[in-house]
Amino acid sequence: MSEELYRVEGLRLSLPDLNRKPLWGPAPRNEILKGLDFGIAKGEIIGIVGGSGSGKSTLGRCLVRLLEPTAGRLLFEGQDITHLNDAALRPLRRRFQMIFQDPMSSLNPRHRVGQLIAAPLRLHGVADVRGRVAEALDLVGFPQDMASRYPHEMSGGQRQRVGIARAIALRPDFILADEIVSGLDVSSQAQVLNLLERLVKELGLTLAFISHDLSVIRRLCSRIMVLYQGEIIEASDTAALFGQPRAAYTRELLDAIPLPDPDQVWA
Amino acid sequence: MTYLELKGLSARITRQNHPLLRSVSLSVAPGEVRGLVGESGAGKSMIGKAVLGILPKAVEVTGGEILLGGEDLQRLSDKDRRHRIGQTCALIPQDPLTALNPSRRIAPQITDRLVDILGWERARAVARAEELLDEVRIQDPARVMRAYPHELSGGMRQRILIASAFAAAPKLIVADEPTTALDVTVQKQILKLIRDMQARHGTALLFVTHDLGIVSKVCNRLSVLYGGMVVEDNDVPGFFAGPRHAYSRALLAATPKYTDPSASLTPVPDQVIADVRAEIDAFDRERAHV
Amino acid sequence: MADARSLVKRRAGPRLWLSAGWIGLVVLAAVFAPLIAPQDPLAQDLFLGRMPPFWMAGAEPGYWLGTDSLGRDVLSRIIFGARIALSVALVAGGITCILGAGLGLMAGYMRGWVDTVISRFIDIWMAFPPVLFSILLIAVMGPGLISIIVAIVVIDWTRFARVIRAEAMGQGVMDYVASARVVGRGRISTMLTEILPNVLPTIVVLLTLEMGIAVIIEAILSFVNLSIPTDDPTWGGMISEGRISINQAWWVLVFPLIALFLTVLAFSQLGEGLKNRYDPVLR
Ligand SMILES: Nc1ncnc2c1ncn2[C@@H]1O[C@H](COP(=O)(O)OP(=O)(O)OP(=O)(O)O)[C@@H](O)[C@H]1O
Ligand SMILES: Nc1ncnc2c1ncn2[C@@H]1O[C@H](COP(=O)(O)OP(=O)(O)OP(=O)(O)O)[C@@H](O)[C@H]1O
Ligand SMILES: [Mg+2]
Ligand SMILES: [Mg+2]
Repeated sequence: MSEELYRVEGLRLSLPDLNRKPLWGPAPRNEILKGLDFGIAKGEIIGIVGGSGSGKSTLGRCLVRLLEPTAGRLLFEGQDITHLNDAALRPLRRRFQMIFQDPMSSLNPRHRVGQLIAAPLRLHGVADVRGRVAEALDLVGFPQDMASRYPHEMSGGQRQRVGIARAIALRPDFILADEIVSGLDVSSQAQVLNLLERLVKELGLTLAFISHDLSVIRRLCSRIMVLYQGEIIEASDTAALFGQPRAAYTRELLDAIPLPDPDQVWA
Repeated sequence: MTYLELKGLSARITRQNHPLLRSVSLSVAPGEVRGLVGESGAGKSMIGKAVLGILPKAVEVTGGEILLGGEDLQRLSDKDRRHRIGQTCALIPQDPLTALNPSRRIAPQITDRLVDILGWERARAVARAEELLDEVRIQDPARVMRAYPHELSGGMRQRILIASAFAAAPKLIVADEPTTALDVTVQKQILKLIRDMQARHGTALLFVTHDLGIVSKVCNRLSVLYGGMVVEDNDVPGFFAGPRHAYSRALLAATPKYTDPSASLTPVPDQVIADVRAEIDAFDRERAHV
Repeated sequence: MADARSLVKRRAGPRLWLSAGWIGLVVLAAVFAPLIAPQDPLAQDLFLGRMPPFWMAGAEPGYWLGTDSLGRDVLSRIIFGARIALSVALVAGGITCILGAGLGLMAGYMRGWVDTVISRFIDIWMAFPPVLFSILLIAVMGPGLISIIVAIVVIDWTRFARVIRAEAMGQGVMDYVASARVVGRGRISTMLTEILPNVLPTIVVLLTLEMGIAVIIEAILSFVNLSIPTDDPTWGGMISEGRISINQAWWVLVFPLIALFLTVLAFSQLGEGLKNRYDPVLR
């Protein structure tokens, strides 16, 4: 096994439930992640699947430290980033990126595509911003004039690719992709997946891929982690998981996949 | 007997000679599910928006009829049309986060329509909303009713939109990619629920999706769209037995199948695209001559 | 397929042209008042009292819109009155906007204790009846341009703050804000580069509305003689004087009223017009 990029130990996260806050005293807390342990090796593509509301996006937000874990440890290349503050995180930020679940709301509606991709580069003082933007547009298969579009002037699939371009322009070591192909038609889906695969090979990227499309996960990922109500109930190699799923929930997931075949029995 | 019927519906960007919908015809009967598939930007959402009269300002209908329960919607006055649509139709929008108002709690967002348009009592609407959230498998509906949209996961938001579409037992639902944020087990339950409610109320459903797996499970009929033109209109068993149009065949071939992990992901081949484009150009030329 | 959305062209439309045109005219009149005005707005000439406008019998050449009972030229007074109307609109509107929008933006985006403090402050502020408050203020400070401006700011900043706070809050939970944090943008910088452009259209609409309101408030206060103490011409003052002689000289009342009405209308339309033309997000 190669070196580890991430090490997660006993990760817990709870958020205060302000809607149930009593008049006095602290609000009760919602346990969202209940003690996760796992590692992500350099250069691997790890798939994260699980039910809706099981905490996948929340876990993703912890990994890129949008959220601060309530307990446990989060190591990035051996450095403890669990409780680092914004200032201390800033130099690390260009090394881990996230592509968000909802493409429309993750792009500032009043910034043009070129601006959207260039802003993070400027922030980190990268030289030759123009060149890097052009390169990123190229990598996701856009013509250069796409840079002058606003997000609402694009279709769902194109917006998703802007999100990808923005993340890869920084040349990070790690990208968390949250449900990025579910809104794409099969043809653009194939394009995006091929692109990600190529980037992993060529740029030595590490990828965590959240999705509920198991066909895509099986195609792309080498290892899979199944989340259920904030806990990891199964983690194994792709072949093993699809071959003989251990947890009952995993089996349920596999049975529920709709195949493009009207004769499939779907009880 | 059809409930919704489109006859030669055409639309374009206002005052520009750029067609978005090219003479689209299709029909949905009560209790029937019509699937709409096609690549991103093909005009799937546009058809739904045209039916519900919510086209963006920049888009105008240039021809054709939209018949709802046998009545041409475009003949009605604006007010009557809005009234008719409000009472009988519902939309499950494509973008779950932007479709909910970020600064209001969930409860009023579901019940407002029931109270304001259909004249229900507030208490009854709230009870119905909780019941529906339960039916779409949301755990702890009471918490969700009090929450703000950003406190919910993507799939929960989407299920809230589904619940509020079904709230008033509409006659027609336009579902625009309604399960993209749901995991497969919930998706399965929701799709069953949709079929179930449909059978009970005889709702006609226009179902936009790009997942042919879902089409094979819930739809009776299917229209394949490319560039705003219907290239194939088929019943579902017939489609899966053998699509008639080359583009549909390519689409079916590009669908990933988890049972076959070795298959490489192939986008629709360029040759097929070139052929459909030629077809569209031919259509446009013919139009220009008439 | 080629994406078509970028083909959509937007035109300025008559709303923007007309409103911007009128306001441009008023601005020119105010700036170049001494050059444009045909007469001295303060010069009284009792022999020229109540001259009718130019198209009526008995009009005096050079006094286009007639004269008031003291023989002062109505047109020149309207032109000079634009100076006060516009200064109040700009200064009061501007301060109200910066104060209200700034506090609202901070409260809505920062949340937490910042929001608590600002929101409580707004609540307390609004518990005072605002009009009473401003009349009291003028009574204490004495009438004058400054007191009017202060009064307008005092009454209206809370509306800005509340609207912008709600907008900023809605924008703040969008993922593009999270996305800015993932790349390491600081809080203030995120507020200015991500949130501000998205609440700017609302700010512009509110600001132009506020300018219209400021013009009206100034007119009302002049009307009840709480405004400018000298006999510098103001539209409100002219309307008030014209009211007395409405039966003998209607023009003294009607022309400043028209100027006031058009200016307020133009301000209120200008914001919507600008938004339709320049906001990149089509509604
Ligand atoms: N800001 C928040 N405040 C309170 N609760 C939250 C917040 N964000 C998320 N949650 C809760 O955390 C749980 C997990 O949410 P998360 O978004 O991680 O789910 P998910 O696995 O990504 O689901 P999906 O597949 O539907 O996107 C949900 O029950 C949600 O209501
Ligand atoms: N507001 C708008 N102004 C101008 N053109 C628009 C607008 N919205 C959509 N379009 C154009 O209409 C066409 C159809 O868009 P539509 O949203 O219906 O696509 P779709 O088939 O739903 O795609 P997706 O699967 O990405 O949602 C696109 O080519 C798009 O460029
Ligand atoms: Mg999620
Ligand atoms: Mg769509």
